Amino acid sequence: MSIGVVVFPGSNCDRDVRWAAQGCLDIPTRFLWHESRDLNGLDAVVLPGGFSYGDYLRCGAIARFAPVLESLVEFVARGGRVLGICNGFQVLTELGLLPGALTRNRSLHFICEDALLTVESNRTPWLKGHQRKDALTLPIAHGEGRYQCSDQTLCQLQDDDAIALRYVNNPNGSVADIAGITNKTGNVLGLMPHPERACDPVIGGVDGRGLLQSLLG
Amino acid sequence: MCQGPDLRVDYDVAAALRHEGLKPHDYDEICRRLQRAPNRVELGMFGVMWSEHCCYRNSRPLLSSFPTSGHRILVGPGENAGVVDLGDGQSLAFKIESHNHPSALEPFQGAATGVGGILRDIFTMGARPIALLNALRFGPLEDERNVGLMEGVVEGIAHYGNCVGVPTVGGEVAFDSSYSGNPLVNAMALGLMETDEIVCSGAHGVGYPVVYVGSTTGRDGMGGASFASAELTKASLDDRPAVQVGDPFLEKGLIEACLEAFKSGDVVAAQDMGAAGLTCSCSEMAAKGGLGIELDLDRVPAREVGMTPYEFLLSESQERMLFVVKPGQEQSLMERFIRWGLQAAIVGCVLEEKVVRVLHKGEVVAEVPANALADDTPIDRHELVSDPPLEIQAKWDWQEDLLPVVGLKGINLNSHSHFGSNLSWDEILLKLLDDPTIASKRWVFRQYDHQVQANTVSAPGVSDAAVVRLRPQQGKGSVDEVNRGVAAVVDCPNRWVFLDPERGAMAAVAEAARNLSCVGAEPLAVTDNLNFPSPETPTGYWQLALACRGLSKACKTLSTPVTGGNVSLYNETRLADGEIQPIHPTPVVGMVGLVHDLANVCGQAWLEPGDLIWLLGVPIDTTVAVDPRVSLAGSSYLECIHGVVTGRPPEIDLKLECLVQSFLRNSITNGFVRSAHDLSDGGLAVAVAECCIAANFGAHLELPSSDARLDRLLFAEGGSRILVSVSSTQAVAWQKVLNQANTASPGSVFAQYLGVVTADEELLITQAGNRLVQLPLNQLRECFEQAIPRRMGLDLSSSV
Repeated sequence: MSIGVVVFPGSNCDRDVRWAAQGCLDIPTRFLWHESRDLNGLDAVVLPGGFSYGDYLRCGAIARFAPVLESLVEFVARGGRVLGICNGFQVLTELGLLPGALTRNRSLHFICEDALLTVESNRTPWLKGHQRKDALTLPIAHGEGRYQCSDQTLCQLQDDDAIALRYVNNPNGSVADIAGITNKTGNVLGLMPHPERACDPVIGGVDGRGLLQSLLG
Repeated sequence: MCQGPDLRVDYDVAAALRHEGLKPHDYDEICRRLQRAPNRVELGMFGVMWSEHCCYRNSRPLLSSFPTSGHRILVGPGENAGVVDLGDGQSLAFKIESHNHPSALEPFQGAATGVGGILRDIFTMGARPIALLNALRFGPLEDERNVGLMEGVVEGIAHYGNCVGVPTVGGEVAFDSSYSGNPLVNAMALGLMETDEIVCSGAHGVGYPVVYVGSTTGRDGMGGASFASAELTKASLDDRPAVQVGDPFLEKGLIEACLEAFKSGDVVAAQDMGAAGLTCSCSEMAAKGGLGIELDLDRVPAREVGMTPYEFLLSESQERMLFVVKPGQEQSLMERFIRWGLQAAIVGCVLEEKVVRVLHKGEVVAEVPANALADDTPIDRHELVSDPPLEIQAKWDWQEDLLPVVGLKGINLNSHSHFGSNLSWDEILLKLLDDPTIASKRWVFRQYDHQVQANTVSAPGVSDAAVVRLRPQQGKGSVDEVNRGVAAVVDCPNRWVFLDPERGAMAAVAEAARNLSCVGAEPLAVTDNLNFPSPETPTGYWQLALACRGLSKACKTLSTPVTGGNVSLYNETRLADGEIQPIHPTPVVGMVGLVHDLANVCGQAWLEPGDLIWLLGVPIDTTVAVDPRVSLAGSSYLECIHGVVTGRPPEIDLKLECLVQSFLRNSITNGFVRSAHDLSDGGLAVAVAECCIAANFGAHLELPSSDARLDRLLFAEGGSRILVSVSSTQAVAWQKVLNQANTASPGSVFAQYLGVVTADEELLITQAGNRLVQLPLNQLRECFEQAIPRRMGLDLSSSV
């Protein structure tokens, strides 16, 4: 039983996810170098925050061609759980595992601060420990976190009950205050806030613990 | 000109010297050292190595007075960064560096590469970077050029720091018209040592391969070091190729690959390529190791074709390092870098002969004794005037009784004041909170990722110093494992330094240490960034010399040795009318401290209504006989409300400073003090307002009856003052502690009861039943939070 944390060149929250999962929550964790294809023995995979491959071109646009992600697509098809945080969320949309896109914040500035969120759906395993409309405080730290999608996609997300988290005070201009979404089957979650930064009481709140704990089902 | 047989050259010497920023007597000295005339490539190498930026040719005699040793100092000045021993097998590398001139021309890249450069200084020593801070200065935001510069600089710092995954945890930003057109960008980095051995830069091992790693070498940043050592003019904009372009993504890989490589033990020496690029790294490694280096430019990974030897040697392309590697290990080492998508190539070897020899297309294009470039570099001696400059002496004549009469309701200003004739104390406090130098810097720090690496205990704006947990980066670890941290801060009261360089510099050190003490950290050591105008004028050199004297005195008394730093001179702009506008002399003090128990870290915010508010340091005057350690001279109040920068800043009592700080730290350790915030710009009234804003609790201060001016009581600065809050349940025990402290050092009463924290959302300051200040918290907060966004043309409140 363990989770894998993908390391792209330019990932910078990979160690933080390991610290939160393993150091704070005792979840065995192993790093997956972007060139590896071996996901055997993993219960879940985390795509961490950072600037994969420098985020040149477009956030996540190059990362999606990484060998590890070919295996990841199969992993998802088999029902494996995948959590994409921040840059990881961007990669999941580029990869087509989640709909929509993440663009420059409305203010055009990077924003790092605590964000107040509400749980919009506890249908998926990620948030099953929460009630609908529960409040969570998780840090955000991104320059390109403005979720955008077509009206049709938004309707689909609503129909699928796939909007997982919403901002209370929308910081970046996201459509419908969306902070995180899941795929239709619910085994893939992408979110801009950083649950791994909210697991350790020494550095802040612990509202991220439930999300990471659900990685092991 | 020098004598000798071989002085024929194929270039115009006078023009070449001008281009390299060298002086004719430098040329004589170069000829003497080489026993021949330098060729054009060699002259370029001397130009960068003998610039102020690389060899401190103006400031070295002054820097030699700094205290540099102490029981915790492992590495002092001279290496890439200073290193202090933190105990428990951990040590901390740290350094500050300026990128002022590049940022003036290209704020985004100038600031970004400043961050990249200081990070390389840290991980070159074998330390993992764990925190960044920055000290910034801009001209007033009423001028849109300064708005543009600030936007660019902040965005550049954010871009690089956020991407490379090192949290930007603190800093300071101040504004003054002297920085219009010449902003200051000083970046400081901290790194935690994970390897057992500190990696030094001196080459050893004759015949050992020299390996180049990182990015390619291009034509960017040509001659940046000599450009950084000249004043800024309109023509400087044509020097834009001297500004480098950074790639934080490459740097992130470089950090990981370097730390892996150092752990392997195969790297015997390392030097980053910063100012003066290949020239500097080769000559420094050779000179420090007492050996030579041969460098083959044909093997250097080039970004573009057709580069000349001069361009290779002077390029300041970013994200490059040079290693000396154990023979036989070079292939496995280079593979680590290639795995991270970086360049790696063997570009030369260590020579027994003490020369830097450069080959290009099979020919020797430069051959210079290593120590001729890097050791015994020339010193420009300047005469120190015995008296302060006349314009400063005139300012020192200012006295508080020149101010208009004050009443209980406020102050009656001269009719020519732009604020009208009367201002209440409430209005004055709000104006001070609206001063961008005092106001919240949230607009700035919310653009910095201050949390990445999951160790930031005190976020920006929460406490007087940043606090980062010392968690080992290797191994699995657990939450209960570590309760120690490092605290760090940057400080410089530039207005005081301008009015009195010696006192101002002492105050910079004192305030830095005080800020560390406010979070409960023990101050350990200093890295300084001396940002000054030209030293070639009598006033310029007087400022530099006296500031160094002040730094030296204060660092000695406070037991915080200087482990290195950076000197940036010629910070001045030539205005359209030909007039030279020098900056305020700005010796930024970066200081690090050790937090023994993170559970005790104090913030600025009150914790609970009913807590008692005490003032540590020089107490509030009760008679007209004013204490010379506290003053309105050189204060924010004088500048913001009366529109003058004048007076002699108050006396700095370093002995009192030590007493107050150690008393505060003990009180924090013993659990008495629940919050602490030092009095700085704007004095008591601003400090108490800041504690209230941070806490969302009010306060009621009752000032002692006094014959002194009310504006002095509310807004005077100085006196090693700190506002602390103490739980009312501990009132008796606290009183006992105070009595004991006074018995231990008689005559130094340094705690005064001022009032209580209240649940009302209001700040109330009274004296003998009269209400001096009465303001709701939301009005204080609005002023404090919106001062900068409003001037940047933005509204932050919509996205809280």
